[in-house]
Amino acid sequence: MKTLISFLFVGFLTLTMCINLFAQDNSKQVIPAASIKNIKGEKVNSATITNDGKPILLNFWATWCKPCIQELSNLSSLYDDWKEATGVKIVAVSVDDVRNSAKVAPFVNGKRWEYEVYLDENGDLKRAMNVNNVPHAFLIDGNGKVVWQHNSYAPGDEEKLYEVIKQVAAGQEVTGH
Amino acid sequence: MFIGILHSSFSAMSMRTFLPALLVFFSVISLTAQNQNDGVIGGNFQVDVQSYAPDSLIGAQNVPEKLRSNAFLNLNYTKGNFSAGIRYESYLKEILGFSPNWGGKEGNAGIGYRYARYTNDDIDVTIGNFYEQFGNGMILRTYEERGLGLDNALDGVRTKLTMIKGLQITGVFGKQRSFFTVGPGIVRGIDGELLLEDFLKNFGDNVSILPEGWRLRFGGGVLSKYEQDLDPTLNLPENVLAYNTRMTFQAGGFALDAEYAYKINDPKTTNVNTYNPGRALYVNGSYSAPGLGINISLKSLDNMDYRSSRRSQLTDLVLNYLPAVTKQYTYRLLTLYPYATQPNGEIGVQADLLYTFPKGSFLGGKYGTSININYARVHSIDSSRNLSDSNAIEGNLYNTKFLQFGDRVFFDDFNVEIQKKWSKDFKTNFGFMRQYYLKELIEVLPGTGAIKTDVITSEFIYSITSTQTIRLEIQHMAAEHRKIDAAGNDLDAEKDGNGKTISPKLDNNNGSWIYALAEYTIAPQWFISVFNEYNYGNEDPIRRLNYLSGNIIYVKDALRLTIGYGRVRGGILCVGGVCRPVPASNGFSLSVSSTF
Repeated sequence: MKTLISFLFVGFLTLTMCINLFAQDNSKQVIPAASIKNIKGEKVNSATITNDGKPILLNFWATWCKPCIQELSNLSSLYDDWKEATGVKIVAVSVDDVRNSAKVAPFVNGKRWEYEVYLDENGDLKRAMNVNNVPHAFLIDGNGKVVWQHNSYAPGDEEKLYEVIKQVAAGQEVTGH
Repeated sequence: MFIGILHSSFSAMSMRTFLPALLVFFSVISLTAQNQNDGVIGGNFQVDVQSYAPDSLIGAQNVPEKLRSNAFLNLNYTKGNFSAGIRYESYLKEILGFSPNWGGKEGNAGIGYRYARYTNDDIDVTIGNFYEQFGNGMILRTYEERGLGLDNALDGVRTKLTMIKGLQITGVFGKQRSFFTVGPGIVRGIDGELLLEDFLKNFGDNVSILPEGWRLRFGGGVLSKYEQDLDPTLNLPENVLAYNTRMTFQAGGFALDAEYAYKINDPKTTNVNTYNPGRALYVNGSYSAPGLGINISLKSLDNMDYRSSRRSQLTDLVLNYLPAVTKQYTYRLLTLYPYATQPNGEIGVQADLLYTFPKGSFLGGKYGTSININYARVHSIDSSRNLSDSNAIEGNLYNTKFLQFGDRVFFDDFNVEIQKKWSKDFKTNFGFMRQYYLKELIEVLPGTGAIKTDVITSEFIYSITSTQTIRLEIQHMAAEHRKIDAAGNDLDAEKDGNGKTISPKLDNNNGSWIYALAEYTIAPQWFISVFNEYNYGNEDPIRRLNYLSGNIIYVKDALRLTIGYGRVRGGILCVGGVCRPVPASNGFSLSVSSTF
């Protein structure tokens, strides 16, 4: 077992070194490539999600997660103003598996949410972005870099969030988190 | 140079040197990865620690170690089209509620997952561990649910081809993870999915056969499991094949999704060696428009338990995924009797309606009102097989009318929830649920009969300031225990002279419950909550227990620290802004998690 672990570690290290040396650079793309579905259930590559150089709020949620629904409902009433002021796009990634994934589109519509919604039925993007529990939000700047993230939701979180979005939209460093 | 140094430390690796080595490894990578051109390192971890006090009343088992811990750390490296990662996991020993196979007799730790992957617009190749799902998962879904201790990843190679527009082909070869080892079977599969309108674009930008906005999708997959036949008496198939075909149609707000799956005969422990084939059908229709969402589904299953080993049981080495066609509840008392799919035979329907009244309308008020109604019902399928006793089978074959509802009701559930925001600062949720739960079948506990429950839930959320909020929940469950006769008829409970129920058999948590929760939050960092569940209606006065517990949670960005103390009934717990499943316990708990 020990030799196996050391073998794997050295192998992993060697591999990453090699990747470092030989891989092509693609620094603009930061939402990792994972196979997710759009709201129609059609497979798309998550790396293609963009917002023309403006910030993206990537929010992982689920239909069975009360705090997530509370957060997205509260953001929903602020979204128009935020969009106008900062150009931010909210992308809501549902981690519901096939038990509930067919309910996501009717749910989003039934709640009158206007987000871009994706389905991550088997957790591929969740895993690629190292999410433990939902809700988990990432703020991605115009260069595709994650500049801020937050796990869980408490009412009032949006105050801090909006501050950060404004900083990012203005091209400033994110401070005080 | 780094490799040399690390190699010498790894060759004499023990548990004590492992974690420092991991840190060295990580810092080496971050040193070389400071520039974004060198790729991105990311990961997450979670450490859960639980202390156990003896508590015979709640049926908490004796834990000689007194303190147990689960932990994992994921490390992912991405550079351009390449990525690689590992997960280190430890179960020292596993927290109660997880399979005891995780920790074994003396605890267990090691690398449970590692992979390397290359992906571009045309191809996606993974070697090592991977999670994959074909269609709706009825023939293949490998996945992880770390909070439940589920991980049936395949270990092998997966290739996805996407070079033809509108067509995706996935091929897999692998062995399946079983705790810290792999199962005996070899799994091979191929799956294809065709998006009609996108595919036609290969033949010209204007080629189209469907009206504008209509979408049609076809898919199909084949999976085969090889396992040697070592049985001295039975002649067992060594290659067990399963396939699915599926189709989705969409137009405007309307969607129809159907999938049929078939599995050849596969006699094994969980289906009592029947030579019948397996079948499954899933149909889902939905309609939605702004403010309205409707979803109706039907699922029928016959002998669809599919595993990469004939002898495995419970959650071990399962290849396919057959979730319940019932609502997934999160309010505490609603999770007391969750339905579990019966892969050997069931037919179920579910209808779900969500409507949000427009703001400014009479019922919508200034801030809007939402209503959600859900109904689900699951029956036996019409079969010559006696499904009330899941172990009994006469002969190795039986007759089934696959799409016909059988006489026995396994589960029946009606739920309505109304959510209203009264002002900028005040919000309420009210709910009612009426449920019938055939405990003796769902929990495989003969003689325990059925349970009829009525639950009322209420939740009040009040914001004191823009960042301070108080949340209160009050729930009540009225439970009635029913006896079931051999034919499945629902009878009144039998009582003795003192009015005590003698049949059905009752367990520790019988009778009615009341639940209350208070939570105070200071956004974005603090959550303080106290909740109590009181089993006031238990037939046994000694077991009329209070399950009181409290949590303090601190969140900073992605870092989350939870400290809890109390007596906790097992189930899904939603406090501190997230939901996760927890086992029954009495003692301290500590949890730290973060994403980096």
